Amino acid sequence: MSEYPGQMKEDDLHAYVDGRLDAARRAEVDAWLSANPAEAARVAAYREQNDMMQALFNPVLNEPLPLQMHPQARRRSFAQPLRYAAMVGGMALSGIIGWHMHGAEISRQPPMLAMVKQAALAHVVYTPEMLHPVEVGKEQEEHLVKWLSKRLGSPVKPPHLGNVGYELIGGRLLPGNQGPAAQFMYQDARGLRLTLYLSNKPADKGEAAFRYAQEGKVSVFYWIDNDKSYALSGEMEKADLLRIANAVYQGLNP
Amino acid sequence: MDSVNAIITEQIPRLRRYARALTGDRISADDLVQDTLERAWSKLHLWQRGSDMRAWMFSIMHNTFINHIRKKQLVTASMDDEALNISASATHENFLEMRDLASSIGKLPYEYREVILLIGLEQLSYEEVAQVLDIPLGTVMSRLSRGRERLRTIMAGENTPALRRVK
Repeated sequence: MSEYPGQMKEDDLHAYVDGRLDAARRAEVDAWLSANPAEAARVAAYREQNDMMQALFNPVLNEPLPLQMHPQARRRSFAQPLRYAAMVGGMALSGIIGWHMHGAEISRQPPMLAMVKQAALAHVVYTPEMLHPVEVGKEQEEHLVKWLSKRLGSPVKPPHLGNVGYELIGGRLLPGNQGPAAQFMYQDARGLRLTLYLSNKPADKGEAAFRYAQEGKVSVFYWIDNDKSYALSGEMEKADLLRIANAVYQGLNP
Repeated sequence: MDSVNAIITEQIPRLRRYARALTGDRISADDLVQDTLERAWSKLHLWQRGSDMRAWMFSIMHNTFINHIRKKQLVTASMDDEALNISASATHENFLEMRDLASSIGKLPYEYREVILLIGLEQLSYEEVAQVLDIPLGTVMSRLSRGRERLRTIMAGENTPALRRVK
């Protein structure tokens, strides 16, 4: 903007709006504005812009992070391990990724790997929740079953695992690579939690037997049965989880 | 790595706030944040430990944002768009909408939007904004001045202001 005697520098007016002037200069601008009401109105409008922006968007700071941005996801790089792996190249992969697939399925079965990592991530994120581990509790099991079946487009039912010492807590709907996915959570008498993650199977996959993957403390058994992919996650030994995976499979195929 | 990881994670809420205001919708905003985070990871070796992570992340977000616009993942006005000439003249029928700050911000050319949001919302200093956007300080100040005035005009629902060419 042009400058001539009696005219305030435009930059100073903005610095005034943003609170970036020292006290002496601020007092000068105050004095000038009181003699220039039109300019004072303009400055007030700019201040209001800042205030309204803050009021409108500050609540975003307190929104829960989406699953893929969750600190656990970042720390363990569950979110996009393959993309990260390609990007970080020579960096200490084991430290950053911390993800080890057992078996040679990584390259042959990327859709299943994606499903497994989503399942393990959802396990890590939701099992520590004290207040909201599930969206719909077991007391509304009928509603839970109807809701998830509708969203996944085919019947979904949590197997009962009482015979291996686990009781259903409830479940939730999650975004998955093959559309909506469901997570059922179980707990044993000591409070140890398991999750069963299921989604529609990738179109090009047939049935698949149990396979095993591990990340840190989380063990995962995953398989494809009929039209669904399943992943059972728990922080326990492989043999213990296998026993439960068998119970899940039998519960699903009575 | 964990400490760097924590420093990056610390920035996420602010990146989301800025992205939400910049894109105007939650899904585009979170896509922008996610791509920014992935870029940050891939370029982590370029970050100098001890330097300002916030400014570094915001500059990555700026580049990602520009890429999204170029790839048409985001539809947004640019200062060069002729459409701007009619920006405020169509206000009579959607006068109330024009009152809405979020949509008014969305009507600004993105070059203005970035500057007024980084300063007014994110409270970056003018020098930091110059660094983040990789433009001279004088350009920051002229975009700030024009952006705020344009926003004021749009929100007041007035007729199109006389357009000035901006470098």
